[in-house]
Amino acid sequence: MAPSPHILNTANTTQRMMKDVLIGLLPIICMSVWLFRAYAVKQLIICTLACLISEFLFVRMRGRSASLGDCSAVVTGIILALSLPGSAPWFVGVIASMIAMGIGKIIFGGLGMNIFNPAMVGRAFVMIAFAQLMGASAYENMTGLADAVSGATPLSALKFSGSAIKISELFWGVTNGSLGETSAFACLVGGLFIVLRKTASWQIPLSIILTVTGIAGITDIAGSHSGEFLFHHLFGGALMFGAFFIATDPVTSPLTAKGKWYFGFGTGVLIMVIRLFSGYPEGVMFAILLMNAVTPLINRWTTPLPMGEA
Amino acid sequence: MGLFRLKGFPGTGNFRHGIHPPDNKSLSAESKVEVMQTPETVVLPLLQHIGAQCKPVVKPRQIVRYGEVVGVGRAFISASLHSPVAGKVKKIGMVTLPNSMHLPAISIKTEGDQINPQRLWDEMTAMDWPRDCISIYAPETIAKIIHNSGIVGLGGAAFPTHVKVAPNDSRMIDTLLINGCECEPYLSCDDRLMREAPKAIVTGALLAGRAVAAKEIVICVENNKPEAILKLQQATEKTLIKIAVLKTKYPQGSEKQLVKSVLGLEIPLGGLPSDAGVAISNVATIASVARGVIKEGPLTHRVISVSGRGIKHPKNLFVPIGISMGEVIEYCGGITEDAARIISGGPMMGFAFSDMTTPVTKGTSGITVLTHDEISDEQETSCVRCGRCVDACPMNLVPTRLALAARYNNPSIAIRYHINACFECGCCTYVCPAKIKLVQLIRTGKKLVAAMAKS
Repeated sequence: MAPSPHILNTANTTQRMMKDVLIGLLPIICMSVWLFRAYAVKQLIICTLACLISEFLFVRMRGRSASLGDCSAVVTGIILALSLPGSAPWFVGVIASMIAMGIGKIIFGGLGMNIFNPAMVGRAFVMIAFAQLMGASAYENMTGLADAVSGATPLSALKFSGSAIKISELFWGVTNGSLGETSAFACLVGGLFIVLRKTASWQIPLSIILTVTGIAGITDIAGSHSGEFLFHHLFGGALMFGAFFIATDPVTSPLTAKGKWYFGFGTGVLIMVIRLFSGYPEGVMFAILLMNAVTPLINRWTTPLPMGEA
Repeated sequence: MGLFRLKGFPGTGNFRHGIHPPDNKSLSAESKVEVMQTPETVVLPLLQHIGAQCKPVVKPRQIVRYGEVVGVGRAFISASLHSPVAGKVKKIGMVTLPNSMHLPAISIKTEGDQINPQRLWDEMTAMDWPRDCISIYAPETIAKIIHNSGIVGLGGAAFPTHVKVAPNDSRMIDTLLINGCECEPYLSCDDRLMREAPKAIVTGALLAGRAVAAKEIVICVENNKPEAILKLQQATEKTLIKIAVLKTKYPQGSEKQLVKSVLGLEIPLGGLPSDAGVAISNVATIASVARGVIKEGPLTHRVISVSGRGIKHPKNLFVPIGISMGEVIEYCGGITEDAARIISGGPMMGFAFSDMTTPVTKGTSGITVLTHDEISDEQETSCVRCGRCVDACPMNLVPTRLALAARYNNPSIAIRYHINACFECGCCTYVCPAKIKLVQLIRTGKKLVAAMAKS
């Protein structure tokens, strides 16, 4: 006999959650296509297709039936594409996608079993393997729409030459950078959508943004940058994109509300430590990967006490 | 949502987590209770309560009167069984109840003059239930009458009521909570009883309060039942009984959540309400206490609701215990063409069954018939650890961990995550986007834990 409960909330499925993320990504996709034109289109198509094909092949290799219907491979592909520079050649996207799906996800047992965010695993691999094609210079030899997109990324410029650009340009996103990270505005619009749909948690983005605001704010005041430094760190780089779309990946972030606050705080601190003290201008990817690794521990520390357990 | 306030009680009228499934009560809540005529046969399983099975004290072909004891509960946690009809004992056979218990049952064929069930129901809904002469009954007497009347919790769990009210020096009861929450979707029998027989509930509440020497008596109702609240307010005027209007949320009617919601207290894990100085009884149970003490009538009939989109004419019915589910469904016009699942109880915690000869028992609060559209047969996908089950669990557990522990045969992890605190309310399964049958896995996990404890 069918067990209770006999009714389910049918409006809510994993596939719907994935579709929500895709809808949330739309403003960012539009922005990147508008800004980078063919570079963005090419990268999005390459990564999405490569992720779908890799998932299909790797799942077949494990002897399981295909799981493309849940849309998770598409989400990984698009997030991966948006995190790459438009100038990266086709094989960078393909290799990143294969690593993302194979090493990032399927090797752990598929959807829900992986420890690290698959897209970030793929990106970290190509960043180290093709340092030249992914490093600061990759952003500088591109011709796109705005003049700004042929120069250094805002955070590189700030870090290495101390030059800042207008905050409004930074916010609307008419700057250079990885395909999806330039517009803080587009990330906020899409991010608020997935948060309001409860597809992403609100605790993680909020605590990341608060932590970064705190650390960057103190540095700003200490160096009397009159807000320039703070806003570069908030709206520049992949902070908004990472906070809303990468860190909130439910599989690789903690289960409980309390754990999510810790996770966001840790991510925010690591982002600022990497940005301020390392050789890299940007640290969102490494920060999230490091926090992914401590997620099982956070889950263990924040196991809720059952009601009635003093 | 956050604006809900409960005044005059230590609790907030709310509890942590829980869900808001569509309540679908309007299907049956406006139909007045109809009295079903005595059926040709009744089948009385010997275990309709939590505790020890009762012993049959009748033999085949023996003539029994209405209300005669046919099964005696000799153990402390047990309840006697009374015949709801006059007739001749056919046989003592076996039945399987929807909760998959397989046990002996006494079948009685009705013969001769019957009591008019309409009279029983009219007694219940009468406005002349006494409120002032309660003190002539000694607490022990009330407890004894409850025992002899075979009264058990009618909310669904069917725990023998006399056990709750039995004099016990080690446990002091401060508050008697009377549960009229009825948080299960579709069910409306308690709502109807509160609307139509508020005076009987008040008398029963005073009697039960006297039996447990409670300092305070509170009737708890969710705020989706305004008419019941109004009727109870009128009926409790000039008494010490208070009414707590609580937020409509599933599972508000679960005892631990109710105690938290009204009194702000937490029942210790593995403990009973009495550990927090609280006794809890359902409104229908309390009404049968009034009937048992004042009218000296045993528990032979109860109100059930028959509802769901798969029922042609949803109704609330006053039926004899032991009537077959099939006759009740037939009385409501039968099931529709798209009916897909017949459930004893509500859709969240009820049991699906298909044998129409299954009898209504003391603990049957209703029959819910769901259609194909309402039951979901979606394929299970992988857990993405979204944490929605964690945010829904009213016991503050981590359902996905418990379910995985069960799936991978790991009772020690299940124990570490307090699997036995789960009371299987179904919130986690309801919200799961991956459609994982979490509750069923947790049930499996509990069996693993029990098996490990034995070995």
